[in-house]
Amino acid sequence: MPLDQSFVGRTYPPTPPYEVGREKIREFAEAIGDANPAYRDPEAARALGHPDVIAPPTFGIVLSMTAGRQVIADPELGLDYSRVVHGEQRFVISRPIRAGDRLTVTMTVENIRTAAGNDMITTRGDVQTVDGEPVFTAYSTLVARGTAGG
Amino acid sequence: MPGSEKPRYEDVEVGTELPGQTFPVHRVNLVMYAGASGDFNPIHWNERFATAVGLPNVIAHGMFTMAEAARVLTDWVGDPGAIEEYGVRFSRPVVVPDDDRGATIEVTGTVAEKLDGNRVRVELAARSDSQAVLTRARAVVRLA
Repeated sequence: MPLDQSFVGRTYPPTPPYEVGREKIREFAEAIGDANPAYRDPEAARALGHPDVIAPPTFGIVLSMTAGRQVIADPELGLDYSRVVHGEQRFVISRPIRAGDRLTVTMTVENIRTAAGNDMITTRGDVQTVDGEPVFTAYSTLVARGTAGG
Repeated sequence: MPGSEKPRYEDVEVGTELPGQTFPVHRVNLVMYAGASGDFNPIHWNERFATAVGLPNVIAHGMFTMAEAARVLTDWVGDPGAIEEYGVRFSRPVVVPDDDRGATIEVTGTVAEKLDGNRVRVELAARSDSQAVLTRARAVVRLA
């Protein structure tokens, strides 16, 4: 079943604030095996000019994936989530995420298309602090394998 | 990396190679990544489920591979906060068998373009089991 094209351009309400914790950043850094002290030691982060420990460049997926579920799990969209794989990912970063940030995500459906029998949806998550400072934008393309029929 | 010489914009040219790295991947890494990221899709930890949906075995999260490849950028530049843009296409999964060897992800990077504002565009390549697992892997990095 093709995806509902009317979703293109749809914007969702901002998510409730996500508070970034030092220990969550450390856990993520451990999970990717990265010993960089900027992720663990506030002094090391300050020496680089950051007010507190910062998160690895892909940490933003923790927020944007959760926010994206409100789009891709919408039954009206018609996405078969059991067949979904991650096709592309891009982050445009205004400044690194850091401990103490309180961040909201505003999701927009950028594009819906079909290629080679696969449904594809691209979402954009604009992430800012509760004070309105832009932090990063996450573009995610999900591919539902073989769901477009034919 | 602490203590190592950081690249300076004026010393970098198109074609400058970043130090490549090889990252081992075992099942435990995927379990840790699932917990840290919140992505508990069973294709990343449950072999029975993965094979039932047609995969050769458990596969790594694409975002895990993207995170490992970023380490070639952040270890090179020193300050992980200097990454301004980073995007990839996931071209093939990294298959992670349940044995002592696991899988490896080999990552290389090359400066592809010098931009204004002391920034450079880097092209990354990531391979596992001799196959490209990321394509169009590009980053914009700010240098000293």
